[in-house]
Amino acid sequence: MTTELNIVYFAWVRERLGRDEEVVHLPDTVTTIGQLVTHLQSLGTVYSEIFEDVGKLRFALDQEFVSLDHCLQGAKELAIFPPVTGG
Amino acid sequence: MIKISVQKSDFDAGLEISKLSELGGGAVSSFVGQVRGDKQLQALELEYYPAMTEKALREIAKQATGKWPIHGLVIIHRVGRMAIGDQIVLTGVCSDHRHAAISACSFLMDQLKTVAPFWKKEIMSDGVEKWVDERQSDIDAAQNWRN
Repeated sequence: MTTELNIVYFAWVRERLGRDEEVVHLPDTVTTIGQLVTHLQSLGTVYSEIFEDVGKLRFALDQEFVSLDHCLQGAKELAIFPPVTGG
Repeated sequence: MIKISVQKSDFDAGLEISKLSELGGGAVSSFVGQVRGDKQLQALELEYYPAMTEKALREIAKQATGKWPIHGLVIIHRVGRMAIGDQIVLTGVCSDHRHAAISACSFLMDQLKTVAPFWKKEIMSDGVEKWVDERQSDIDAAQNWRN
C-alpha cells in the first residue's frame, strides 16, 4: 500500500502552487487519482482553487497518462499539469 | 533509424533531412514549426517533463513505424526560451513513397501536439505572460488518425 507519493507539477499548476514537486502522505481513504485530488483540495485555498476544475488538468502516473479512476497503488510519481501545448 | 531529441539548442533542419535522404528511400517529408510573429509576442518559453517527454515521443515514433513502412524518422523539439522566427520543432520521415512519408510526418506532428508533455508560455512585449491553451483543432486532428 502506497503511503507516500511524489507529485510533480508543470506549467501554470507549478507557478500557482509555487513549487515544482512535493511528497504527499496519502491517507488510507485515498486509493485513486480522483480521491487524491479531493484530498489535495483540502490542503489550502490555493490547492482548492487549482484542483476545483479537474477538467483543466491532466494526470500522468509514473510517466503514463491516466484517468481519475486510476488506482495509485505502487506508483512512485504522479505528475499534474494542464493539457499539453507543444509543437 | 529513429532519432528523438529534446534539446535547448537550435537544430540544422537541412542536415537532418540530408541524413534521412541517405537512407535510400524514394521519399523524404519534413515539417519545421517556428515561433509565429503575431500579436505583441516577444518570446516563447517551452517547458517539458524530462522523465516523460522523450518516452512519449518514442511511443509516437513507434506507432508511426507500425502504420507505415519507414526507413527512418526524426523528431527534434526544443525547450527553453525562443524568439520570433526561431525553430521549435522538426519532424522528418524517409519512406519508399510520398504518401507514406507525408502521412507519417503529419501523424507525428498531430500526435506530438496532443500527447507529448510540452507547455508553451507566451511572453508579450509589455511583459505580460500567458500560458497557451490547448486547441480543439489539434485534438480533432490527432483523433482523426484513429477513425
